[in-house]
Amino acid sequence: MAQSQPADEVANPVHIEVSDLTMAYGDFVIQRDLNFTIQRGDVFIIMGGSGCGKSTLLRHLIGLKSPAKGEVIYEGKSLWHLPPDERDDLLRRMGVLYQSGALWTSMTLAENIALPLQEYTALSREQIRELVSYKLSLVGLRGFEEYYPAEISGGMQKRAGLARAMALDPELLFFDEPSAGLDPVSARRLDDLILELNQSLGTTIVVVTHELASIFAIGNNSVFLDPEGKTMIASGDPNQLLKQSNDPKVRSFLTRGEESSETMRSGIV
Amino acid sequence: MTEHSLKLSYPATDTALLSLKGDWTLGRAQIEWESLRQELEGRDDLREIRLDSQALGEWDSRLLTLLQNLSDFVADRQIALDISTLPDGARRLLKLARAVPEREGASRRQGGDSILHRLGAYALNAWNELLIFNTFVGELALSTGRLLVGRASFRGIDFVRFLQSAGPDALPIVSLIGVLVGAVLAFVGAVQLQMFGAEIYVANLVGLGSVREMGAMMTAIIMAGRTGSAYAAQLGTMQVNDEIDALKTFGISVMDFLVLPRTLALVLMLPLLTIWADVLAIIGGMLVGVLVLDITFLEYLIQTQESMDLGDVAVGLVKSLIFAVVIAMAGCLRGLQSGKNSSAVGNATTSATVTAILLIVVWDAITTILFNQLGI
Repeated sequence: MAQSQPADEVANPVHIEVSDLTMAYGDFVIQRDLNFTIQRGDVFIIMGGSGCGKSTLLRHLIGLKSPAKGEVIYEGKSLWHLPPDERDDLLRRMGVLYQSGALWTSMTLAENIALPLQEYTALSREQIRELVSYKLSLVGLRGFEEYYPAEISGGMQKRAGLARAMALDPELLFFDEPSAGLDPVSARRLDDLILELNQSLGTTIVVVTHELASIFAIGNNSVFLDPEGKTMIASGDPNQLLKQSNDPKVRSFLTRGEESSETMRSGIV
Repeated sequence: MTEHSLKLSYPATDTALLSLKGDWTLGRAQIEWESLRQELEGRDDLREIRLDSQALGEWDSRLLTLLQNLSDFVADRQIALDISTLPDGARRLLKLARAVPEREGASRRQGGDSILHRLGAYALNAWNELLIFNTFVGELALSTGRLLVGRASFRGIDFVRFLQSAGPDALPIVSLIGVLVGAVLAFVGAVQLQMFGAEIYVANLVGLGSVREMGAMMTAIIMAGRTGSAYAAQLGTMQVNDEIDALKTFGISVMDFLVLPRTLALVLMLPLLTIWADVLAIIGGMLVGVLVLDITFLEYLIQTQESMDLGDVAVGLVKSLIFAVVIAMAGCLRGLQSGKNSSAVGNATTSATVTAILLIVVWDAITTILFNQLGI
C-alpha cells in the first residue's frame, strides 16, 4: 500500500501477533495452533465457513475471551499477561464494530458516541458535541444526533456503530461481519468506508467476514479457518490465495464452491 | 386416491423385492419400519433389495423416510439397493439427503446419565453458582468503594430513571398489597382474639406484624417481580445485542455503569416503599377493626402506637435494605449471565425473580432469628 508512515511505526511494523493460540469453550476446542501476524496498516480478513470460530477469534483479539492456550501479542505485549490498567489502555486504542452495531439502546446516537469521550478525555461539552457531529458526518449520518438507535434502519445503526468505534481515534478497528444484513449497495459503501479509513488514517483493520466480494475488494492479508480440522489452513493476501492456493477447501470457499467436486460438499457448508 | 401397500417377496434367496403400491403420503401411509427391518434382518444371505414402484401413486416425504431408513440399513450390511424404478424426483431427493453423511459426534442422542452423575453435576453447579454470586458481591462492594471516592461514573439521567421506576411507579401496587395484607392480618387475628374478647389486640398484631415483618417482605417480593426481573431483562437484551461487550471493549466497567446505579436506586427506594406499605397495612387493619370489630378509630390508633417503638420500624427498614441489595444483585447477575438469544433472556428474568424471592425468604429468616437472639 502506497502510504507514508511515521518512522517509529515502520520500525515496528507488526501490530498484532497471534502465537500458538488455542480457543475453547470448556473442553470443546474451537480452533487450535493459530499462528499469524497482522502488520500495521493491514486490512486483515478472518475468513472461513460458518461455525468455524471466526467471531470467537475476534473475541480473543479484543480481550473479551481469554485463550485456552497461547498468546495474543500487541506490539510485543501479551494482552492476557498485562496488568488490568495497561490492558484497559491497550483496549482503549481499538474500536470494534459489532455485527448488530451494538449501540446502547437507551441513549441517542450523540450520547452513544459521546460516552467514551466523556469517560476518557477532558474535553468540554461543546468540544464533544463538535467531535460527535464530525464522527457522524464521516459515516454519512450528520443531523441524526438526537435519534435513538431503534428509530433508524439497520444499515444506519451499523454506520452509527462505526462512528462510535472511531470515537477515540483508534489505531486499530475490528469489524464483525460488516456486510451482514446490508443490501449490496450499502455493503459496498461500507467497504469503501473501511478502505478510506485505512488509507487516510493508516488504521489497521481486522474484518471477520465470509462475503467474497468484500474479501477481494478490501483484504490484503488474511487467515482461513477450517471448521473440520479446527485450525488455520491458509493465510496471506486473499487475491494471491485465489490464484495460488492448492488447498481444495480454500479454493472451494474462494470460488463459491464452483471448483468443488461432490466430495467437497461436506467440507464447506 | 388409492390405498397404499407394501409387499415383500423373494424372487431369489439372496434378493428381496419390495413392491410399493398406491399413495405414499404423510398421514396416509402407516408402515412400521421396525417390523420391516426385523423381517429383512432375519434373512442372513440377503445381497440385494429391489424396489418395484410401477404401481406407486402420489408420494411425499413419507416415502422418502422409508427410503432413507432402507438406505441406512443396506449401507451397514453391504447389500445392494436397486432404486431404478423409483420416480426421478424421489431418487434425486434421496441422493440429496445422503450427500452429506451424518457428522460424527453431532448427534445429541445418548443414554440417560445415571442418577449419581446428575446429582454430582447438580452439586458442582450449585457450588459454582455460590462462587459466582460471591464474586459478584465482591465486585459490587469494590464498585461502591469507587463510587465513594468519586471514581465510578454512571449517567445521572439513567439513575433518575431507575429511581422513578423503582419508586413512584411502584406506589399503586405496593399500596394495594399493603392495605390487603393489613386487612388479612386483622381478620386472621380477630378470629382468634375474639375468643378471649381481646379484639383490641388486633392493632398490636397488625402493627407489629407489618412493621417488623410483612411490610418489608411483601414489598420486597413485589419489587423482585417488578424491578428485579426488569433489570434482568434489560441487561439480558443488552447482552443479546452485544451492548455489554461494547461497554467492555471501551474499558467501561459494567459494574459501575450498569449494576451500581440500579442497585443504588433500589437501596434508596425500597425502604421508602416499605414505610409506605407499613402505613397502609396499619390503615388496612384499622378498616377491619373499625368496620368489623367495632373498635373506635382512636382506640385502634393509640393501641397501635403503644404496641411498637422506633426499634420495630428500624428492624423492618434494615430488612428492606438487605432485600434491596438482594433483588438488585439477583436481577443484574442473571441479566449479565444471560445467553445471546431471546429464550435466554426469558430464562434470565424467570431465574432473577426466583433467585431474588428465594434469597429474600432466606435472609428474612436469618435476620428474624438474629434480631430475636439479640433481643431487638
